[in-house]
Amino acid sequence: MMTAVTTRGAAVVIVGGGVTGLSAGWWLARAGVDVLVLEKGIVGWEASGRNGGGATHVYSPLGLEEQRLWPQMDELLGYPTEYQPRRIGVALSETQLALARRWAEIGEARGFRWDALDRRQLKELVPIVGDNAIGGTYLHFGGHANPQRTVQAYAWALQDHGGRILQHTTVTGLTQRGGRVTAVQTTRGTFGADVVVIAAGPQTGQFADMLGVWLPLAPARVEMIATEPIPLMGVGGVAGNGLYGRQTLRGNLVYGGGPHEWIDVPDMATPEHANTPLVRNLARRLAELLPGAAHVRVIRAWSGLVENTPDGLPVVDRLARPDNVVVATMSSVGFGLSPAVGRAVSELVQHGRCLFADLGALALGRFADTPPDWRERAGWIAARPAAAAIAGHRG
Amino acid sequence: MRETDPRSIAGKAPTPERRVPLVVVGAGVAGVAAAIEAAEAGIEVLLVDEHPVDNDMMAMDVPLCFGQRMDGAVRNRTAMLARVVETNPGLTRAYEAGVDVQLGTYVWGAFVSGPTVRELPAPMLGLADDRRSWLVGYDRLVVAAGARDVMLGFPGWERAGTLGAAGATALLTRYRALSARRLVVLGSGALGLHTAALALEHGVEVMGVVEVGPHVRGDAEAATALAAHGVPFFTSHTVRAARGGTGEIESLVLAALDGAGAPVPGSEREIACDAVCLAVGLTPSVELLHLVGARLRFAGALGGWIPEVDASMRTSVPTVFAAGDCAGFHDGMLADPDIARAQGRVAGLAAAESLDAIRGGTTAARSPGTPGAREAASLARPLAADGVHAHWQTWLASLVAAGGWEVNVCQCEEVTRRELVETMPPRYLLWDSPQMRARSVATLAGDGPINQDQIKRLTRAGMGPCQGRRCREQVGLLLAQAAGTSIDRIPLPTFRPPVRPLPLNVLWPADEPAAMREDWVSWFGIPTQFSPHWEAGMAIDEPTAHARLIVSDE
Repeated sequence: MMTAVTTRGAAVVIVGGGVTGLSAGWWLARAGVDVLVLEKGIVGWEASGRNGGGATHVYSPLGLEEQRLWPQMDELLGYPTEYQPRRIGVALSETQLALARRWAEIGEARGFRWDALDRRQLKELVPIVGDNAIGGTYLHFGGHANPQRTVQAYAWALQDHGGRILQHTTVTGLTQRGGRVTAVQTTRGTFGADVVVIAAGPQTGQFADMLGVWLPLAPARVEMIATEPIPLMGVGGVAGNGLYGRQTLRGNLVYGGGPHEWIDVPDMATPEHANTPLVRNLARRLAELLPGAAHVRVIRAWSGLVENTPDGLPVVDRLARPDNVVVATMSSVGFGLSPAVGRAVSELVQHGRCLFADLGALALGRFADTPPDWRERAGWIAARPAAAAIAGHRG
Repeated sequence: MRETDPRSIAGKAPTPERRVPLVVVGAGVAGVAAAIEAAEAGIEVLLVDEHPVDNDMMAMDVPLCFGQRMDGAVRNRTAMLARVVETNPGLTRAYEAGVDVQLGTYVWGAFVSGPTVRELPAPMLGLADDRRSWLVGYDRLVVAAGARDVMLGFPGWERAGTLGAAGATALLTRYRALSARRLVVLGSGALGLHTAALALEHGVEVMGVVEVGPHVRGDAEAATALAAHGVPFFTSHTVRAARGGTGEIESLVLAALDGAGAPVPGSEREIACDAVCLAVGLTPSVELLHLVGARLRFAGALGGWIPEVDASMRTSVPTVFAAGDCAGFHDGMLADPDIARAQGRVAGLAAAESLDAIRGGTTAARSPGTPGAREAASLARPLAADGVHAHWQTWLASLVAAGGWEVNVCQCEEVTRRELVETMPPRYLLWDSPQMRARSVATLAGDGPINQDQIKRLTRAGMGPCQGRRCREQVGLLLAQAAGTSIDRIPLPTFRPPVRPLPLNVLWPADEPAAMREDWVSWFGIPTQFSPHWEAGMAIDEPTAHARLIVSDE
């Protein structure tokens, strides 16, 4: 039974209760701003709550703030995020080693420390690596957290600061008047707003389109697997061999990677988290990465739906017109950056610009000339379903 | 020709090792009947059954709650294979009918196309044995996966010897390998009486049948027969605790309940036993049906979530049929295997006919005695229309009253009842804050309808290696109670593949398409995605074929 909803608007209405919208809402609420988050399902239920949990994005304009904030997040939120510092990169080939070192060097360029590891050092730190490992990197920066626990922490902390969240509330339209968005229409009433934040992940482009704004996005489905728990390693943020992921504080190995499947946005009206036989290929790569755990059992798998812009970089920008709208779509890399991007969005809302970082590289204007058929030209398109493949459409 | 992103799944979809017109999952009464019916209609049929399950899987209470009470014989795979054949005459009949029978084979996944899965060439199942996994494509699927135990905890139920009625029955009848000698049965309905009688028949001493209500629920004649064998009945009783040293159950402490269902102080009695069998209820095994996207509905009188089926046992996915206990379980099916058999025959025949229709042929004449579809559908109805969950809730309430809130609801993750309803983070986080203490299932219920998956991910109840088999129902019942709702109003918690816990080196494919290996990247392979923003034009990438970038029209 749905309780009756008062259609009371807010100073700031946020479209999307994923990690970006929730973080933005939390930053605004703790600054004393009256904020309302509208979420079509449950908070953090899509890719925000089912990703690899990585928090190592120092290449980004938001990267330094990400690194500064994560160690404080548990205390700031009042709820546990399971944030754990540091990362270890494992390389099984010279190519992989070069890639791991490149990541480390990007951090070094930002002032962070790292150490090269030979096989012996690697094995001391990660006893389940095998003789197939040639070396690795130890990053004294970066880290990882539990995505689901973190999105719930943002949501609860936002409420603790007086913000509101309406779940199971789908945004259906944006009311414009005088060059501004004045209200957000939903399946549970219309909510007035002074400023609107669109942080709707793969659907962000559709909401931009309602405002006559071009924001090219291609959604895709990606998969992960999780094993039963094994004894805790000193650093859980171990990755390599084309996998991202971590050992959780419970001890599970949780990893993803490999081919994605491009899909269409309308397909996502009824999101599903379907897996494919790709889970077997993931198992193979994980056993190659950590041969000492090859006997460990996979106990679940899932998929997440993410979006990408044409250059794979986020769009975090305040629109020129209507000028009271902020868009934030993280191009499939939103979880780790969430503490920082939430703060950036709150500043774009309150001050019209981000005070702590130059977000020029993330401006929407870079796609002004992106052609409408960019997905087709890039090959980033959904397959037409093969007639034979649709279960039940035969006979 | 469309452009293809080399880093996407396009062109890398797996080829099943084999493609079969009809796969039947489960070689119980219903599955065997379906397979024989279809084979006799001229269809090529693969019948897959996971028994004999290997010892490691059994030790995790997968797929049934075996409670560590399998004897050493289950380690001998060859002997067990012979035994499950010997104890299931249906297998021989299926083999003689030309059915390809694969035993000791798990079905751990079902993969179908959908809105977000477009590249899969055809529906396929993931199969595995103890050594490897493989894929089998199908045109039609009959799921006859049976039912599994509903477990309810009490202090000490982590000890070896707590098993479920389905697990006990499998060990008694299929494996002939139950190591328990003195058994207490919880539940006096048809399931409890049936299990007690089976145990007696196999030389196991039944130390008592415990019933939370004031009367024996099952057939009076069956109860009388048990009593005649000296089986004591403890009505208006519940379990206080299981006791024992070194992790084994050595006794069970019962408490009498007063008229209001509260334990009577001083009424405890201790019964020496080495096993406790939960026989309060079974619930249909719908994991695979969920994975293929069949519409499920909550049917309280049929054990919980069941597939919607038409008169020919066809689910909402027209290529998939369901038969037997997994299509809905009620007490009448225990006494009369003909119900499941009839459902299996209807499903097998309907699957065969639908295959024939696409081949333009006609199915061989229906064998004499095949029930009509209408008849099978009516057989599937329970004798009594009462929901079973209210009874389970009564049992659980008595166990909470007698055993308290500091009892693990989830054994794998060691989550207590209290930690569940207070949505406490797991103990190993050592977390405490006033904010966290203020949150609970009750406050979450204020934010929206209760969702078991959401609370699972916060508390970890149901996230362990048994894949929620021991706690799924009791978690749902506790959440319903804590949120002031009923279990039928809580959405079905999802089942995720692999629906059997399989080692990485079993699940992995021995062979992969070259493109899978060559184009594999950890993320999308967009060269600018992780490039340092202060080095314009620098790209970081795994150095294989790049994704194509279309940013501007130049």
